[in-house]
Amino acid sequence: MRVPARIYSSPSMIAAIKKEETIQQLVNVAQLPGILTAALAMPDIHWGYGFPIGGVAAFDCDEGVISPGGVGYDINCGVRLAATNLTEAEARPRLEDMVNALFNAIPCGVGSTGSVRLSHTDLKKVLKTGSRWAVENGFGDESDIRHTEDNGCMEDADPAAVTDRALDRGKNQLGTLGSGNHFLEIGVVDEIFDEPAAQAFGLTQGRITVLLHTGSRGLGHQTCDDFLASMAKRLHIDGVPVPDRQLACARISSPSGEKYYRAMASAANFAWANRQILMHQAKEVLMRVFNIGPRDLAMRLVYDVCHNIAKFETHTVDGKKQRVCVHRKGATRSFPPGHPDLCPEYRHTGQPILIPGDMGTASYVLAGTEGSMAETFGSTCHGAGRVLSRTAAKKAAQGRSLSRELEDKGILVRWTGRSTLAEEMPDAYKDITQVVDVVHGSGISKKVAILRPLAVAKG
Amino acid sequence: MPYTLIDHTADIGICITGDTLTDLFVEAATAMFDQLTDTARLSGAHRKQIEITGIDRPDLLVNFLRELLSFWTIDACLVKNVRIHYINDEHLTADIRFDEYTPETHEILKDIKAVTYHGISVDETDAGWGATIIFDV
Repeated sequence: MRVPARIYSSPSMIAAIKKEETIQQLVNVAQLPGILTAALAMPDIHWGYGFPIGGVAAFDCDEGVISPGGVGYDINCGVRLAATNLTEAEARPRLEDMVNALFNAIPCGVGSTGSVRLSHTDLKKVLKTGSRWAVENGFGDESDIRHTEDNGCMEDADPAAVTDRALDRGKNQLGTLGSGNHFLEIGVVDEIFDEPAAQAFGLTQGRITVLLHTGSRGLGHQTCDDFLASMAKRLHIDGVPVPDRQLACARISSPSGEKYYRAMASAANFAWANRQILMHQAKEVLMRVFNIGPRDLAMRLVYDVCHNIAKFETHTVDGKKQRVCVHRKGATRSFPPGHPDLCPEYRHTGQPILIPGDMGTASYVLAGTEGSMAETFGSTCHGAGRVLSRTAAKKAAQGRSLSRELEDKGILVRWTGRSTLAEEMPDAYKDITQVVDVVHGSGISKKVAILRPLAVAKG
Repeated sequence: MPYTLIDHTADIGICITGDTLTDLFVEAATAMFDQLTDTARLSGAHRKQIEITGIDRPDLLVNFLRELLSFWTIDACLVKNVRIHYINDEHLTADIRFDEYTPETHEILKDIKAVTYHGISVDETDAGWGATIIFDV
């Protein structure tokens, strides 16, 4: 190992982590050229392809590598949170109407396609400009841009770096939720831990929120696949061994590394445009269901974070400021108060961090801290992380009515796919509170509020 | 059937066996599309030839399955069966029979998004050939 491997966890969670091949994967990452300080694991860690999910690794820009496996297949899979003026008392009588209307309006599930159909030429504009393309085409407001990580656009994107296959795969999927663990959730601000931060974020106890989790869909998956294949081939030709083929990588400064970064940035922009469109569609549904206008709904974007990405950022390494390439795979940026990349209204609070839990429990809003800059290259956890395989989850669900169990807790759920609900059942995931307590306790982010789910639409 | 499912925390995997390398690759294709849909409902009305290369057998298998998966992910087509004409450790040619997807006829059971290298193996055994592949879902 070139650097140590460091795991953020707790006594109750570490045993499960040790059972999988997660730790070996972290050790493999620690062997990659140019890795700095440590291969890091957040408390929601579980095994992934190459890099574990919940992993953070930063690389020297001259000596280090960039790896599609360190970002993940779903480039810029991320979370978007909006707050509204609706109260739980107002929403409860219309909850079923709301979740049915959302489920009907938002394309989700396997093979779903959106209403935004683009030629390759127009799709490339999305890949270049991200959220701004969506706003300029009538989806959302200008104010959403600055409440999105990187203003919803990685400016180094080069759509020419994305293959035609990836374009073909993504061209009909803009404005779709996808499947698996992607969802749209209506919730309520249940408890506030940090009142000033909550106020700055626009979160009020008892008010309705909309939480969205999705990414770059097939375009991102194909982009990752294309570059895994080309990098693996290049490593073979050059006679460079890697401990795991899913760790296929290239020097950051090489043509292959640069091309992947620009393609990845393009896919990231697609994901931001996607979430911008979906949240706008959700807003229109809510206005229709409650028969109110935008002023009364007062839906505003709290923030949008990505949790599968590689970025060039400035961090302190061995006491000196250095530009590095941070890979976050199932990890969220956690920039502290005062960071220049934050919009003015969040510069005194730190960056909002959105951590979805399972559909039956809770989601958290956190804020970024100086601790993350000191310890984890400005990073924190991303969610609950799976503990059960899909097969094990389906077995555990046998004989149970999961939708009824959720309804008994006051949560309505709508889903597509025969086994989706079983595979995504709450028991399949880690306890989100334990995960969040670790990052809060270790100081790499801090708790601001809990969101309690009321209704969920899943693909 | 000469394949079994592997239990993995976040995704799905298959263990395949075959008497020959050809049988192994055909079974891998069958196993993958069995996860996607009820292949018994496919007629194989359309046909296409493919040619695949790889740096070694595992890479050849991954590239082969990647190409077949793109029939679904890019062209919205479902593969009924595969006939391999030629195969060695780095190269194969095959005939693919497939149907165009129609929601009224074909139920999609699972969304396979990628074929991964994770835990990939293609080995000659006493009984023939065996392979392990994990899919991202």
